[in-house]
Amino acid sequence: MTDKQPSVVLAKLIERFGDDIVATHSDFGDDTARVNRERIVEICTFLRDDPDLLFDFAMDLTGVDYLGEEPRFEVVYHLYSLEKKHRVRIKARVPEEDPVIDSVIPVWVGMDWFEREAYDMYGILFRDHPNLKRILMYEAFEGHPLRKDYPKARRQPTVGVEE
Amino acid sequence: MAEIEAYQREAGTLDMQAEPMILNIGPSHPATHATLRLIAELDGETILKLTPEFGYLHRCFEKESENATWTQVIPYTDRLNYVSSLMNNVGYAMAVEKLCGVEVTERCQYIRVLICELSRIIDHMVCIGTNMVDIGALTNFWYFWKPREEVYRHLIEPLTGIRLTTAYTRIGGLMWDLPDGWVEKCRDICRDVIVPAIADVNALLTKNRIFIERTMGVGAIDPKEAIARGFTGPCLRAAGVPLDLRKDETYLVYDRFDFDVPIGEEGDTCDRYMVRMEEMRQSLRIIDQALDQLPEGPVNVDDPRFILPAKKDVYETIEGLMNHFKHVMDGVQVPAGEVYSATEAANGELGYYIVSKGGGGPYKIKVRPPCFPLFQGMPHLCEGGMIADLIAVLGSVNIIAGELDR
Repeated sequence: MTDKQPSVVLAKLIERFGDDIVATHSDFGDDTARVNRERIVEICTFLRDDPDLLFDFAMDLTGVDYLGEEPRFEVVYHLYSLEKKHRVRIKARVPEEDPVIDSVIPVWVGMDWFEREAYDMYGILFRDHPNLKRILMYEAFEGHPLRKDYPKARRQPTVGVEE
Repeated sequence: MAEIEAYQREAGTLDMQAEPMILNIGPSHPATHATLRLIAELDGETILKLTPEFGYLHRCFEKESENATWTQVIPYTDRLNYVSSLMNNVGYAMAVEKLCGVEVTERCQYIRVLICELSRIIDHMVCIGTNMVDIGALTNFWYFWKPREEVYRHLIEPLTGIRLTTAYTRIGGLMWDLPDGWVEKCRDICRDVIVPAIADVNALLTKNRIFIERTMGVGAIDPKEAIARGFTGPCLRAAGVPLDLRKDETYLVYDRFDFDVPIGEEGDTCDRYMVRMEEMRQSLRIIDQALDQLPEGPVNVDDPRFILPAKKDVYETIEGLMNHFKHVMDGVQVPAGEVYSATEAANGELGYYIVSKGGGGPYKIKVRPPCFPLFQGMPHLCEGGMIADLIAVLGSVNIIAGELDR
């Protein structure tokens, strides 16, 4: 499915950032833009501050592991605007050998734990994150459990009481 | 933290000429109601720094979902917010239906609204009841626990066959229709049990000076901060932001009902209580209207791709048997794509982000639990306040570890 007429949000993004918007679609009614990871903070700041967009809520952030594709990981942001009542999904691909993307905490402070979760589950590193630690898993846990090559049945030793 | 420094400047110096004390609360503590852990750095009774920690109830929801069929995920969603599990079922079914492009029947939409609003009421009852226990008002807990139990016994159990882990929705419909007499029973319970209980608690608390002085100004947040931190649901509305997806992104048949979205002013514990109380009354209004308007007709879409064939066909025809077999073994076939579907759950926006590569099971499911940003905001709500207020705030933001940890 390809859209003929990009929505207002996507049109604004394309107009402002041009080639850094890698791909867009509006399948199932969800506006989606895949962007260049190097400019994610700039794009997010624009989305938050532009008077026609005003995405003041960052609702969700997660990673997706597309094992076998290149680049392998995708970071997905879901934004919502209280005033305009519209949503957009921003995605950025990061490669396996360098899974780094800038943290968007300066834009939405509430993304802190979401980024920690994406790090915990997928091993995606968020540059300039003040406290990039595991969040659901324990510190001694090895690997990143939501990666597709992490076997579901793998057992790891449980941790006892800390000394 | 800048706020702490400002607080210290205002206070002159720290209270005690000593190192701050570290107090560990949880993960197994009667006031956390779940396996949460809070590490508080204290100066006397003042919280200087609060570090929340969780993950003790992590059940690999997302990993398990990736290895299940679409229908098999439904029981996992019960365990997210186990206080209002029907809402999680509805949210998940709606997300998958969005991906399939299925429009569920009108009766099904009404029933989904009914079970959502009943769940919202019992969820708020649990929240207020337990919050009040924590700050020493035990009576309200019993006043709210009884109607909750009545809802479970007379409405949810006859409907789903079980109390908490309901798994009631299906992709394209529901497990089955309402049982006989359910509508009348629902009216009776609302009128004879829920309304008096709300009135009782209202009479005990809303103008109670002890309660108001205990909660007013405790754990306050301003609207700008609440938005930046991703607060949704009653905690956001208590801060004065009238965001309610039932109104703003209306789904199911919510646009056909007349109801109000209550908001607070200060975003403190008292406002959160007030907003929840009013939301229960509004939910009752919705239930009332939905019962009046409830149409007749099927609850499942007439589409063999999504709905199991009738038992008669399974036993008597080879096509029915094969269809049943493929349904159970391979799962519902869902097209490739990605969707984000959000519903207004009791605690706020419950979002499902689903990636499908086609076939019988999801490639990825991410749940956006409303509690996650709320718990993240705990340090902001509590730092600079008193340690005793921490418990009042924790109860009032209503953290459910099931959906927090997934």
